[in-house]
Amino acid sequence: MAQDAEGGEDAPQVLKEEEKERKNRRRSKRKKESKTRTVRSNLLLPGPEAEKPQRSPLANNRLKTTKYTALSFLPKNLFEQFHRLANVYFVFIALLNFVPAVNAFQPVLALAPVLFILAVTAIKDLWEDYSRYRSDNEINHMECLVYCRNEKKYMNRYWKEVEVGDFIQLRCNEIIPADILLLSSSDPDGLCHIETANLDGETNLKQRQVVRRFLELDSEFDPLKFTSVIECEKPNNDLSRFRGYIVHKSGKRDGLYKENLLLRGCTVRNTEEVTGIVIYAGHETKALLNNSGPRYKRSKLERQMNIDVLWCVLILIVMCLFSAIGHGLWVWQYGEKKPAFSVPGLDGNYLSPVLAAVYLFLTMIIVFQVLIPISLYVSIEVVKACQVFFIHQDKDLYDEETDSQLQCRALNITEDLGQMQYIFSDKTGTLTENKMVFRRCTVSGIEYSHDANARRLAMYQEADSEEEETAAKGGTLSQRNSVSSHQSIKVVHRSLSMKSHRRTGSRAEAKRASILSKHTAFSSPMEKDITPDPNLLEKVNECARNLEVMRSHEQPLSQLTPELSDIFDFFIALTICNTVVVTSPDQPRQKVRVRFELKSPVKTIEDFIRRFTPSRLTSGSNSSSSSSLTTSKSMPRVGSSILSSTSTESTLLKLEEKLAHSPQMNNNGYSSQQDRRAIGSRPEEGELRYEAESPDEAALVYAARAYNCALVGRLSDQVSVELPHLGRLTFELLHTLGFDSIRKRMSVVVRHPLTDEINVYTKGADSVIMDLLLPCSSDDPRGNHQKKIQSKTQNYLNLYAVDGLRTLCIAKRVLSKEEYASWLKSHLEAESSIENREELLFQSALRIETNLHLLGATGIEDRLQDGVPETIANLRKAGLQIWILTGDKQETAINIAYACKLLDHDEEIITLNAESLETSAALLDHCLQYIESKFSNNTIDKTAGNTTVGFCPLSPPSSSVHSSLGLVIDGKTLAYALDKTLEDKFLSLARRCCSVLCCRSTPLQKSMVVKLVRDKLKAMTLAIGDGANDVSMIQVADVGVGISGPEGMQAVMASDFAVPRFRHLEKLLLVHGHWCYSRLANMVLYFFYKNAEYQPHMFWMNMIDALYQSLVCFYIPFFTYYDSEVDLFSWGTPITTIALFTIILHLAIETKTWTLFHWSSCIFSILLFFIVALVYNASCPICYPPSNPYWTMEKLMGEPVFYLICIISPVVALLPRFLYRTLQGTVFPTQLQLGRQLNRLPPETRNQIPNRLNIKKETIPQKPPCAEHCPQNPKSNDSDCFKACNQTPSSQSSQYGNDPAFPSNTKAEHTTGLSVTASPPGSLLCGGEKHSSVANSQERSLGFHEITHNTSEMESMSVEETFPWNTTVDQSSFSLLNWITSTPLFSRFGRVLQLSPHRLQNEVQDNMCVLGSISSLHQDFKGLTGKNSNDFQEQLKGTPTNFCKSETLETTFL
Amino acid sequence: MAVNYNAKEEADGHPSGVGVPGGAGKSRKPDNTAFKQQRLPAWQPILTAGTVLPAFFIIGLIFIPIGIGIFVTSNNIREYEIDYTGTDSSSPCNKCLNVSWNSTPPCTCTINFTLDQPFETNVFMYYGLSNFYQNHRRYVKSRDDSQLNGDNNSLLHPSKECEPYSMSENKPIAPCGAIANSMFNDTLELFRIDNETRTPITLNKKGIAWWTDKNVKFRNPSGNTNNLTALFQGTTKPVNWPKPVYMLDSETDNNGFINEDFIVWMRTAALPTFRKLYRLIERKNNLQPTLQAGKYSLDITYNYPVHSFDGRKRMILSTISWMGGKNPFLGIAYITVGSICFFLGVVLLVIHHKYGNRNTSADIPN
Repeated sequence: MAQDAEGGEDAPQVLKEEEKERKNRRRSKRKKESKTRTVRSNLLLPGPEAEKPQRSPLANNRLKTTKYTALSFLPKNLFEQFHRLANVYFVFIALLNFVPAVNAFQPVLALAPVLFILAVTAIKDLWEDYSRYRSDNEINHMECLVYCRNEKKYMNRYWKEVEVGDFIQLRCNEIIPADILLLSSSDPDGLCHIETANLDGETNLKQRQVVRRFLELDSEFDPLKFTSVIECEKPNNDLSRFRGYIVHKSGKRDGLYKENLLLRGCTVRNTEEVTGIVIYAGHETKALLNNSGPRYKRSKLERQMNIDVLWCVLILIVMCLFSAIGHGLWVWQYGEKKPAFSVPGLDGNYLSPVLAAVYLFLTMIIVFQVLIPISLYVSIEVVKACQVFFIHQDKDLYDEETDSQLQCRALNITEDLGQMQYIFSDKTGTLTENKMVFRRCTVSGIEYSHDANARRLAMYQEADSEEEETAAKGGTLSQRNSVSSHQSIKVVHRSLSMKSHRRTGSRAEAKRASILSKHTAFSSPMEKDITPDPNLLEKVNECARNLEVMRSHEQPLSQLTPELSDIFDFFIALTICNTVVVTSPDQPRQKVRVRFELKSPVKTIEDFIRRFTPSRLTSGSNSSSSSSLTTSKSMPRVGSSILSSTSTESTLLKLEEKLAHSPQMNNNGYSSQQDRRAIGSRPEEGELRYEAESPDEAALVYAARAYNCALVGRLSDQVSVELPHLGRLTFELLHTLGFDSIRKRMSVVVRHPLTDEINVYTKGADSVIMDLLLPCSSDDPRGNHQKKIQSKTQNYLNLYAVDGLRTLCIAKRVLSKEEYASWLKSHLEAESSIENREELLFQSALRIETNLHLLGATGIEDRLQDGVPETIANLRKAGLQIWILTGDKQETAINIAYACKLLDHDEEIITLNAESLETSAALLDHCLQYIESKFSNNTIDKTAGNTTVGFCPLSPPSSSVHSSLGLVIDGKTLAYALDKTLEDKFLSLARRCCSVLCCRSTPLQKSMVVKLVRDKLKAMTLAIGDGANDVSMIQVADVGVGISGPEGMQAVMASDFAVPRFRHLEKLLLVHGHWCYSRLANMVLYFFYKNAEYQPHMFWMNMIDALYQSLVCFYIPFFTYYDSEVDLFSWGTPITTIALFTIILHLAIETKTWTLFHWSSCIFSILLFFIVALVYNASCPICYPPSNPYWTMEKLMGEPVFYLICIISPVVALLPRFLYRTLQGTVFPTQLQLGRQLNRLPPETRNQIPNRLNIKKETIPQKPPCAEHCPQNPKSNDSDCFKACNQTPSSQSSQYGNDPAFPSNTKAEHTTGLSVTASPPGSLLCGGEKHSSVANSQERSLGFHEITHNTSEMESMSVEETFPWNTTVDQSSFSLLNWITSTPLFSRFGRVLQLSPHRLQNEVQDNMCVLGSISSLHQDFKGLTGKNSNDFQEQLKGTPTNFCKSETLETTFL
Repeated sequence: MAVNYNAKEEADGHPSGVGVPGGAGKSRKPDNTAFKQQRLPAWQPILTAGTVLPAFFIIGLIFIPIGIGIFVTSNNIREYEIDYTGTDSSSPCNKCLNVSWNSTPPCTCTINFTLDQPFETNVFMYYGLSNFYQNHRRYVKSRDDSQLNGDNNSLLHPSKECEPYSMSENKPIAPCGAIANSMFNDTLELFRIDNETRTPITLNKKGIAWWTDKNVKFRNPSGNTNNLTALFQGTTKPVNWPKPVYMLDSETDNNGFINEDFIVWMRTAALPTFRKLYRLIERKNNLQPTLQAGKYSLDITYNYPVHSFDGRKRMILSTISWMGGKNPFLGIAYITVGSICFFLGVVLLVIHHKYGNRNTSADIPN
């Protein structure tokens, strides 16, 4: 019996009759109830207090998402369709035809198109509704166990029969049918694990707790005895919030939190049986309230199109007015003359000129109705549906690992993808895999570099890159399929082992079963198998041995050296300071049914007393639990002020005494060890599976396991750790202070089994932890030492950050019992308070996380996703500007940016770090000035020397962009920069930079940046991200892309498109986006009678062309038949025929690709026209007067003149357009056309070209990058674009790529030289080798380039491994050349390099043969080989120097 | 839950099978078909000067001969035209300028003319009207096809489209409507003047309408009798007509609705200046031309008022060719377009030499 007091607002779209009634009824009810909902058990007999109709059917669990019923379909659907303006217009025109004075066509005929369109839409709606009905039905008829009063047991019922207030029992792996308040669980701790992947995509299990008071019941939960009343908030869609309280019969109240609520759609896991009462059912469940369905955004094209439609309306009106006025004048000129052909009105009087004009105006609207392309809207819908289909079907956008493909969630903005100018990307999980791999750590100031581990990771990387390479090598799609068997095995292996069940956007309940078969997240072998550092492992073992000895000799643990104890604590912290759950995937945890005496977290003071009282050990577990129940019942509620302070203090004092000496307790951890073997169902380590909330945690736990410090079990009250020598240690888990983004840390409070101390282990961001450390005085030696450790650690942390590792600090605090007790008191108060509980808990956490002792730090690598650098490079070449907005810290972000080629090492980086508004203002001004001066210098260079042409013919939209500038801004400064007064400056600075990196930015800032660019620069923006923190940015951007990764579904839910991987963005934007856009734009223009990329002026061009064509179509028949006996229809039919031919040929000119479909549709159109015309004209001599063209077509087809007209008119009509296209194709060819031309050439020639044209080989079969770029910026100057595109090939072709005008980086001249020498080496070397196939050599040099790329990523790869192929070319010099040009080198090498390029350049400028210079380079290298080849490995580990050529090489090479 | 979001996706799952690995074996991997991967064999034409050159030349080379052919044909057509409206005061028909529809007695006038050249083949005699908008929207509609098709019901109950020419004196008008009402009713007779003797020339009044019109579209009302007067019982003549429809001609197969002059008139002209076939002059034998060169006179019974709306009336004598009457336009158009294409072809050739090289040889050094 629930009275849902909220109105119908949150209810689904459709209100059934009864719902309406109810609504009315409810409206009359008291207002005060409108905030909450009251739930009582349905099993209770209607009590006297129940004054309302009890069995109100209000929120049952039936799912109804259908819009229509059989009866309501027609009126309702029609009503909805008439919401569309187009349909109204259509009907208006059709109805106008029924007015005899103005009608142009037979009214019935005029209705036909309207009815057709309405019918098509209606059938589509009907079909959709039917499939919704079917899926509803399926879900409604799922079964669950509901307690039945009559049978006194749980009975199977359909989901749809479940009502609020019902008791439901769920077994393991069952799907939760409604939002249920958890009342009982088979778990001894009253826990229940649920998997929420269906809801938010997070694959880790969540814990839910039985409502506190029911937990303390000793007997089985009996629904019949449930008499409490639940008051909770009205249904809402906030998944992470649930508040309410339960009022027991005794009048006591307990708070309810989201931990008590099982949400519909989740799956019960690891728990045998749970029981609960339904709180929200059906459409009021949070899951359904959260489901908003597909979103509707209007694309830019559509918005532009609407403007053009308005123009069309205007043109229509002008035309009609023109006609009407002309007609009026014409009628007027006859005056009273009454010509024979003028027909008087019904009353016999002739129409006055004015009235005639008005009538004609209306008639003309009917006649010219086609001017407004209503069918355009319908066609666009169809075309977009097809585009979405093709995008979905694209094999390249499918991710094998996750078995997910791209999803279009917003169906109507596909073409916007092709117009993007700015991409805003999240870092973690988007650019990187969010697969955390433990790389290195430092403990008490000593760094353990984990070389072996790094080598192992490199192996994985190699495997990845090999795959990539093979994929890339196959130039065409078909080739890609034929991966060598070796690789395909690897792929399969990977896909099997890494099948983490990241759910893609479908949260369909029905599909969840498939999840079960899959493994848990974060368990790729790469993350699991960590090779320990031998030094550290040795120390760990030593430490464990010592401890073992000490324990057996009962020595205090403090005898351990500080370093060893730090190491020990470090690993303990890694192991237990997390929320990782140990499971085996298929079975629920088997727990001992015996209740543990320890309840955790410590919930009440008496609990605390009980737990820290030695006598407790003697008492039997059963009795203790029952006694605790009694005490808790007798005790007043904690948190209310009834507990007298004096009594508390006294108890606390007492307890302190007891705690001070309780030797027995020392062994608590050990003693229980044997009994609890059952904890963690699988004692063998290999089968343990860790389910972590974040990949970092999992990585750390796996790392600890590598050091034999394995987490083997976690219960709510204890954590078991398996240690070498020591065996299993069980830590009593007192509190877990979860991670939050404000504190940026998490802590656990445990009792150490060896020392019996209360320890706080804290793990968090280094910036936070470092501030919380115990201040140490430099006077005393220990403090001094500690300080040294701290500064060392800080150094290492900086190093890690430079390496792009994520850093975490591990710290510890030992609490005295007193401290703990006093903290506990406040903490308990916080925990039990109902109002602003979160705030109080936060404060409480802050209190305990101070004065920490630093243990060490870890560096976790967040690996880049496959293909990220390539994707970014290609996107940038396509003219997109990419900004990274990340919450990470500056160093990490910058390093990732380098790694993914967003920043070049020779780029100048402007870093903005300011502390106040004024300083940021000054900084911005300064930077702008600096750029200004640089820019002016550059232009001078450009005009004078022509040596440094700006790199960007292919790059960002605004011409003033400097390729050599990168902007890095941190969150604080960003906040100032986003200030109203500074945002313009910030923007003008940012748009001049090639890459922008915002670090430490909050979600809100992210969205503000996107908004700023979108609104101020009027640019098309795309935001891509994977986590909840990207949601706001995704929503703000014109197109939001979510990555369906392990971080949950929030981003996907908010997005318009969801892709499995970042690299998929490339094809999505550059290929599909372009296709969608150009196809749709072509179609729209064609409809507006009718071209290329959609630009405002193209509309008018088309209009003029259309005018010309229509004049031709009219006047050729006009003059041909002038003063002849031709009748109306014999004259009109040729015009129609001509128009058809013209239209189809026009389309043919504009069609870029002809497939079977095009041919057949064109031929079909023409055939259809003639067949219909012939049949229609022969069938009915008297139908449809006056439009009765009986026998006209037959007659016409017997006359030669008809054919003569049909031949000449389309030729004349299309001549200008054809000529224009031809000239354009000849004189100003687009890159697209050039690419196609190249594509036609014989393969050998083709293979030669990429190098000359500097076009990446892969793109050749599809499109050269420039082609992508040009059409994408409709706003940017077209001619500019052409110029840019033309320049590239022509200038390069003229010379061997050594042209001074060679588009190269503005900055480094020597760089140009280097890249020049680097680009032809393949061919040159091959040339020296006396004509091996030229194509072959080219292939190699391109392959070489790709490899290059990989090498730069994995610095520690050896040369030989990088070049597995056999070439007859001198291998050492070849690979060395590559090596040198591709890896970040130290200055020694740099100097050598600097020398040779200079020499090269001289020769180059003299236009001498390059071969000589190359050979000189060879000599240099050969000399170096001997010296340095052995040192490579180590030296490369040094920090990347600023003298790095690899990226430069890359850019010029491509 | 996205239960209503993507119904299709749910349909293929296993909702009830808890714990059953549904869809585990079924990969979502898209099919690798040419269609779905958009890899259908395709032809990608590139419009460059080089590729379209031949097309221009071919068009030019085909169009010019065709144009010449049409032009010559059109020029070979003999045509003679007399404007007999009588607006010019010197014209014999000037007196009749202001006749009304039913003036009695009818105004007649005679116009003499001379043919300089003989008309060898069959001669078609047309009457031509100018400034007569037979394509006026409301005019075109004003007819009842089913009445004209012989439907007895429509005969007595003409369609509303005919308003206000559907009823007259409370009787239905047959044929109803403005088109019929305004039927051309001049009578033209042609005489050859040979040494002051007027020899009438036989004017054939059958075979001037479309066969389908005469035999399918237009039918007299059906009945037992062949007596048209009886069949049209209960109807009245159109207002402007001097006599009812069943008295249009003496021959039964050319009377009533199937009178060919009537049918020709009812086929409304597309343009305001038009001609309609009036009579045929068939060639008698192969020895003599159909119309010899010499003097002729045209007797006109002037009934049709056109002066009020500045209309013009003409009589046209013309032979025809395979492509119809005399019209030089099409021939000129073909010649012009052909020449333009040829010229453009030459221009493109130049362009091709200038730019085309760049695309082929410069970019692709080979």
